Amino acid sequence: MAYSEKVIDHYQNPRNVGTLDPNDPSVGTGLVGAPECGDVMRLQLRINPDSGVIEDAKFKTFGCGSAIASSSFATEMIKGKTVDEAYEIKNTTIVKELNLPPVKIHCSVLAEDAIKAAIEDYKKKQESVAHAEPVAQ
Amino acid sequence: MVKLPIYLDNNATTRMDERVFEAMRPYFIEYFGNAASRNHEFGWKAEEAVDWARETIAKSINADPKEIVFTSGATESDNLAIKGIAEMYASKGDHIITLTTEHKAVLDTCKALERRGLRVTYLPVGKEGFVDLDMLRDAITDKTVLVTIMHANNEIGVIQDIESIGKLCHEKGVIFHTDSTQSIGKVPFDVQKMNVDLASLSGHKIYGPKGVGALYVRKKSPRVKLASQMDGGGHERGMRSGTLNVPGIVGLAKALEICIEEMPTETKRVQGMRDKMWMDFQAELDEIYINGPDPIEKPDRRLPGNLNVSFAFVEGEALMMGIKDIAVSSGSACTSASLEPSYVLKALGVGEDLAHTSIRFGIGRFNTQEECDYTVKQVVEAVKHLRDMSPLYEMAKMGIDLKSVAWAAH
Repeated sequence: MAYSEKVIDHYQNPRNVGTLDPNDPSVGTGLVGAPECGDVMRLQLRINPDSGVIEDAKFKTFGCGSAIASSSFATEMIKGKTVDEAYEIKNTTIVKELNLPPVKIHCSVLAEDAIKAAIEDYKKKQESVAHAEPVAQ
Repeated sequence: MVKLPIYLDNNATTRMDERVFEAMRPYFIEYFGNAASRNHEFGWKAEEAVDWARETIAKSINADPKEIVFTSGATESDNLAIKGIAEMYASKGDHIITLTTEHKAVLDTCKALERRGLRVTYLPVGKEGFVDLDMLRDAITDKTVLVTIMHANNEIGVIQDIESIGKLCHEKGVIFHTDSTQSIGKVPFDVQKMNVDLASLSGHKIYGPKGVGALYVRKKSPRVKLASQMDGGGHERGMRSGTLNVPGIVGLAKALEICIEEMPTETKRVQGMRDKMWMDFQAELDEIYINGPDPIEKPDRRLPGNLNVSFAFVEGEALMMGIKDIAVSSGSACTSASLEPSYVLKALGVGEDLAHTSIRFGIGRFNTQEECDYTVKQVVEAVKHLRDMSPLYEMAKMGIDLKSVAWAAH
């Protein structure tokens, strides 16, 4: 099985590898997958609380080349999008863009899950911030 | 400059040696006869070649030429041995003992027999891959007709104590088969000394051709009888019908002859490269684990060219992608047809998380020290590249116990 050029490119030159402070209230972290399954993706988003725009995205992934490429591509795709737009992203877009074969579709599903998990984490944090503020005043 | 790509997957198959190819060449066109044609020159030439091959192979494993049955490869030899014994000795018993770490050619054959109503005991192995002799002794009953335990494992290279296993089987009056596909030609193999009744071998693992193999079948003390699994013209003393693959058989014998001749120097050379590779990896990388017996501590218990390492926190297929000019294998699920990581590593108690990170290096006759050094450099680079983007490596370095994380298995 040969890898598509795009997968190879993302594998060799992954975009946005790194770590954001998980305790920052404007950062949402999604950690999906399991080491036993051979795939773990961590996607982090820094979101502007006023505009809801994703200003930065970082990932780290344990997994095959297609999993790495899916998460790298996902960070590229969601930067600049609003939270609501990002939440609508479907794994099929990743499959198409990276030309993933059927056996690698689960990698794209995992990337979609990671985006959603990161956004949900951010929203939960924002709720508790909003909740916490009146008490502090 | 080292020539790319590098082939380091010699436990999967080997490049044929030119000397083997040259030995086979005349038997395709010039001496194309059927070895069973008894009444003309063409047949005699073919028969002569087969006789030479049979003697050569027999001598290599201290057997009698009449004890060698030619087959299409080790898978057929395993099938013939296991199914042939089960059928032939059905009135004596219906129980077979094997290991959980056997090759699929043995495991799936046993499963097929289970569907026919036989009982099979799959013995577990210890963390280095060895079978426990006491456990084997306890598993043998008066209904046991066959014990089949491989000599050397294809994934982790562990070499079982075949001599003791054979001795135990003979004491208990049980026939003993060993799948010696990976070991014959690489380490000493003597059917008398090792108390073996049946042994499978293959051409393409020993720098010979694909599509040819043999089964050793003991003729006396005890005399082993097999029910044939291929019916027809009654070739191979009725045990395996089918026109003999003369060029393949010549190739198999030539390949084995070369292996035996060169074993004293070749074992040392290949083992030296393997040991250096393992030590170099350890010097360059943390969190790496050997699968199977430690090559340095137990050199006699592991195939000389086999190295199987888990590079923790780096998925095997991704690592292979990073060393794309080097051919190796991985125990990761992503590289196999099934969705499970290696069952052999699982049997050793290696966690699935580490099984996904395993790479098997198979060093062989045509590999050089330069190639091995290049491989170490490439692997180390790829592991570092991938660990830089591995969330697991980052978490482990922060002191987070990965086992305590509530992962969402998918």
